Amino acid sequence: MQPGELIASDLGARPAQPTDLAAAWAILAEVMDPEVPVVSVVDLGIVRDLDWQAGHLHVVVTPTYSGCPATEVIESDIREALELAGFKAPQLERKLTPAWTTDWISASGRERLRAYGIAPPEGSTSKRSLLGESPQVVCPQCGSAHTEVLSQFGSTACKALYRCVDCREPFDYFKCI
Amino acid sequence: MDNKTDLIEYLLRLGDSALIQGQRLCQWCGKAPALEEELALMNVGLDLVGQARNWLEYAAELLDDGRDADHLAFRRDERAYRNLLLVEQPNGDFAVTMLKQFLYDAWHLPVLQGLSQSSDERIAGIAAKAVKEVTYHLRRSGEWIERMGDGTEESHKRMLAAIPEVWRFTVELIAFDASEQHLCEAGITPDIASVAAQWQAKVEQIFTSATLPVPAAPNYFYLNARKGLHTEHLGILLAEMQFLPRAYPDATW
Repeated sequence: MQPGELIASDLGARPAQPTDLAAAWAILAEVMDPEVPVVSVVDLGIVRDLDWQAGHLHVVVTPTYSGCPATEVIESDIREALELAGFKAPQLERKLTPAWTTDWISASGRERLRAYGIAPPEGSTSKRSLLGESPQVVCPQCGSAHTEVLSQFGSTACKALYRCVDCREPFDYFKCI
Repeated sequence: MDNKTDLIEYLLRLGDSALIQGQRLCQWCGKAPALEEELALMNVGLDLVGQARNWLEYAAELLDDGRDADHLAFRRDERAYRNLLLVEQPNGDFAVTMLKQFLYDAWHLPVLQGLSQSSDERIAGIAAKAVKEVTYHLRRSGEWIERMGDGTEESHKRMLAAIPEVWRFTVELIAFDASEQHLCEAGITPDIASVAAQWQAKVEQIFTSATLPVPAAPNYFYLNARKGLHTEHLGILLAEMQFLPRAYPDATW
């Protein structure tokens, strides 16, 4: 323990109110992913759990990829939003297990990805989509299923690069993991 | 050695291998053959550096000597590094780069799949996450070996030239020492013989469809990364990678 830590961690500690957790979920639903700014950290399933521990809000966060450079930014965005809303010194816990999966992206999150021009993950990771053939990906621009993969790795670790054979637009596909 | 010492050594092997492979991939930044490849190489590197951090953080906790993952990455000398000799080899041309990547991925995936069943929960968690990422790495590198091996006359020639450049270093992927044997018996790490068999099968499958000859099993090599005995290439790589943190210790920005 560092000098001053005990004092700092006790600062603003208070008993939980019945509305706290619902309010915190609502705040986090407005914290957008820094690299895909139309889906929130709740839609993406990055925020796994909220509860109240030792007088502070406790937030469990699971990073998407081991090397996701946005992890620190996401955690600081979450902290900042909660502090601005009056939650003093929220405690963030980074949890690797169970590993994040695209199955956790909410239905509204998938729809917002599509509207933003990113094809959402197709199918579920329990299927063969991980290991086998490329999944059939629908073009988010024109809706055609006539698409081809350009590269398994796109503009960020979580995306692959596709092209629509009909409308000729290249687009990102959120990979199923 | 007790299990803890063995485990620290093993975590350094995993973490250092991922870190050095990631650093080699970073050396392609700005000069990959195509934009899509540039993105792919950097994304794979990013995954590996992230995995390296997870392993080195755990190693640092077990070491419990005041060093953290950054310290392990940036302040250790060549002799203290435990990465596979394969991953420290120079990138060469794109054929050498992808061959190194494929030979590493084909070993990495079964290792991680085994580790995801580890009796050590921390290891199982890190590995389960990495398995998802490395599945994509192997798929891509395997496709490249097939494409180049069974491609043009030039690409086939480059692949044939790449194999003898790196093949001898694969001996480390299929050999194991007493320390790993202890961990395996304790249910912490997967059976090396099983990993070696899966690696061999994958290499044969991809080389065959790439119309490339599968070389004979590599022989014992006098260098040994498990003892910190590296090729001359690692020192130069570390000099570049570690320059900033060593020149400005504990700098923050």
